[in-house]
Amino acid sequence: MRSLQQKIKTVADLFQLQERLKAEQPVDKRYIAVCGDTGCSVWGSKSIKDVFQECLEYKGLEGQVDIKFTGCLGLCESGPVVIICPEQVFYQKVKEEDVQEIVEKTVQQGEVIERLLYQDTASGQKYVYMDEIPFYEKQQRILMGDNLKIDPTSIYDYLALGGYRALARALTKMTPLDIIEEVKQSKLRGRGGAGFSAGNKWKECYDMNADTKYMICNADEGDPGAFMDRSLLEGNPHSVLEGLMIGGYAVGANEGIIYVRAEYPTAVEKIKQALGQAEELGLLGANILGSGFDFQISVTIGAGAFVSGETSAMIASIEGRVGEPRQKPPRLAQRGLWRRPTVVNNVESLANVPYIIREGTRYRQTGTEKSKGTKIFSLVGKVVNTGLVEVPLGLTLREIIFEIGGGIKDGKNFKAVQTGGPSGGCLPEYLLDTPTDFEELNDVGSMMGSGGMIVMDEETCMVDVARYFLRFLRDESCGKCFSCREGIIRMLEIVDDITEGTGTPGHIELLRELAGVVKDSTLCGLGQTSANPVLSTLRYFEDEYWSHIKDKKCPGRVCKALIRFTIDQQNCTGCGVCLKNCPEEAISGEKKEAHVINPELCSRCGICLDKCKFDAIIKS
Amino acid sequence: MNQSFGVEQKNNFKGEQEHNNHSIITMLHEIQEEYNYLPENVLRELSKEKNVPLIDLYRVATFYSLFSLTPKGKHKIVTCTGTACHVRGSEKVTEEISRTLGIEPGETTEDGEYSLEAVNCLGACALAPLVVIDDQYHANMTPGQISSLLKESKKEMQQEEMQQEHMKSNCHCSRVPIGPKEK
Repeated sequence: MRSLQQKIKTVADLFQLQERLKAEQPVDKRYIAVCGDTGCSVWGSKSIKDVFQECLEYKGLEGQVDIKFTGCLGLCESGPVVIICPEQVFYQKVKEEDVQEIVEKTVQQGEVIERLLYQDTASGQKYVYMDEIPFYEKQQRILMGDNLKIDPTSIYDYLALGGYRALARALTKMTPLDIIEEVKQSKLRGRGGAGFSAGNKWKECYDMNADTKYMICNADEGDPGAFMDRSLLEGNPHSVLEGLMIGGYAVGANEGIIYVRAEYPTAVEKIKQALGQAEELGLLGANILGSGFDFQISVTIGAGAFVSGETSAMIASIEGRVGEPRQKPPRLAQRGLWRRPTVVNNVESLANVPYIIREGTRYRQTGTEKSKGTKIFSLVGKVVNTGLVEVPLGLTLREIIFEIGGGIKDGKNFKAVQTGGPSGGCLPEYLLDTPTDFEELNDVGSMMGSGGMIVMDEETCMVDVARYFLRFLRDESCGKCFSCREGIIRMLEIVDDITEGTGTPGHIELLRELAGVVKDSTLCGLGQTSANPVLSTLRYFEDEYWSHIKDKKCPGRVCKALIRFTIDQQNCTGCGVCLKNCPEEAISGEKKEAHVINPELCSRCGICLDKCKFDAIIKS
Repeated sequence: MNQSFGVEQKNNFKGEQEHNNHSIITMLHEIQEEYNYLPENVLRELSKEKNVPLIDLYRVATFYSLFSLTPKGKHKIVTCTGTACHVRGSEKVTEEISRTLGIEPGETTEDGEYSLEAVNCLGACALAPLVVIDDQYHANMTPGQISSLLKESKKEMQQEEMQQEHMKSNCHCSRVPIGPKEK
């Protein structure tokens, strides 16, 4: 990367630099985007990028064709993803040995390589261009879309796309109240889960009379199954910084803090690098763009506590204390970090801000009446197209799971979709036409949450899912409120009994009662919603609880105590692989003769099922 | 609702003590980075040096799951237990690792070689179920793959260690030391 030469001191400097960058990188310039997000990296995208580099050098194309090692491009399932731009020819599952062919055929001659194209599993149709793929077609990628054009380690890529123009506009053409009004008008609601109006939060802090205020970015993405904040920080860090700075200016804060969870080391690295570059260019620090506004940003790293994502607990954690939530009010705008007025906004909320300042009217046209804009969901679990999807709010769950996500993996049947993390709920098939809207999801007993959308198929046990979340919450409850600390343990004991086949009919009633108590008598949002996974599974999948209690059967064939493994005597060839791999020595049989499993010794680990090549192991 | 904070009050609030506390978590991270865990004597020293009661350090160290008061193994095995990993069978994967190594999540093998940790979500749900061994990601794990995965990574670790020792020995030959055969 070129050195950052001169500081940007005025808005004119910024515009001048952007003009120059645009001239250097014309829109029709050819480049190869290689996805560098965690998913694709694991499949080797880093070395693919290196091989591309070598190949371009070898062919003498370095100056003409660029390579961008980008943030998440969305379709993690098909990684490593390589996109040839500007045409956006989409190649999936690319290997090192494909690189030379891609350069020779596609880059040099404009030829498409059939075998690397995305193929729709249901229809078998192949797609050449990114936008045509059903996974992308219904999306509206106003936050994620730029990832394709940005190397997250270069501030210049962001600047070339008009980055920091919203900041320039806010600082020079708008008063803090104008900005707050614009954000209020946009109806931007907190993307961390609760969905508070961001504009109202800002206004409340703005109204406080204090010499120091703080603006905090909440990147403690604790919901299991959600990774959109990580991908935003890693893919387009400057959009979050710009949003944080605009927020700081609007509420009257001169100090910003980004609180990142420790499980995201790459995000920390990328955001620190971005901060360094913004400082070096003078976009952060004193007298930004000659406006007289000073702002600095620091990064605080968490230490592994889910509850730290709760805003008052996060502040305790930044102050170096145990991350326990406190009673609100006083709200953070009244008494936040170091007792100063503070605003805490989620990463995705802040990434929306520059777009709102630039294109407020267009933003308002997206979404539903009460929920405007787009939302990024991490579509994961038993779905065909796993990945990050950004859709206008209001799209139905069915559209997201079946049209974008391509339906359920391996031709299985849909059972439930879980949204909202440990505070959310599981929704059954007949509610799939529910729109993704804050109120509508709450009404059916789930919630928007931070955007995890976990799809479950017929082989998922809903009682086990409730048990999973209760275990999670037992480990993560901070323990301050008795009802959360003890209530979750008691609920878990009951659900454990049910999954182990020792449940009684009275258990369900008791669970409902306990869930109600926990809901009504805990302090923070996480505690109050901690019974949701139990309540929603009871509401929609009560029959599964009864199968466990009355018939001693697990319909999803998950709960170990209620399933058994046997060997199909017809299919078994007596190859002996299961026998060799069984850790409990529960399998016996002569070579080339059908084997048998001793249920007394079997620990139901499932290794035999994994290893058998003849479909001879039956789980029932 | 308007409250104002004068300069005097500000000094009170933003006193030295607060800023000492502010960096406690960062300091604990640094100590753990260096020692692989939080040794008691180091915490005692820190408490004296920073004038923070030992009990406060202890509270913080035991509250956050990433801190450990007991030594961690040389190699770290992390299984992701996020929801996406769970519905794709991560529990069985974790159990199989536990069984093979003879330790539960949060524990370290007696020889100090391996620590097993089950974490909530690593944010790479497309790879579920996910196992990370010394920062190397292993995707789409099943219980049946565990024994060969552990064997292979043990080989790699041994090879790496031998190579490091070889480098240390100042030998100028370009030969890679004889180690366990590569697969």
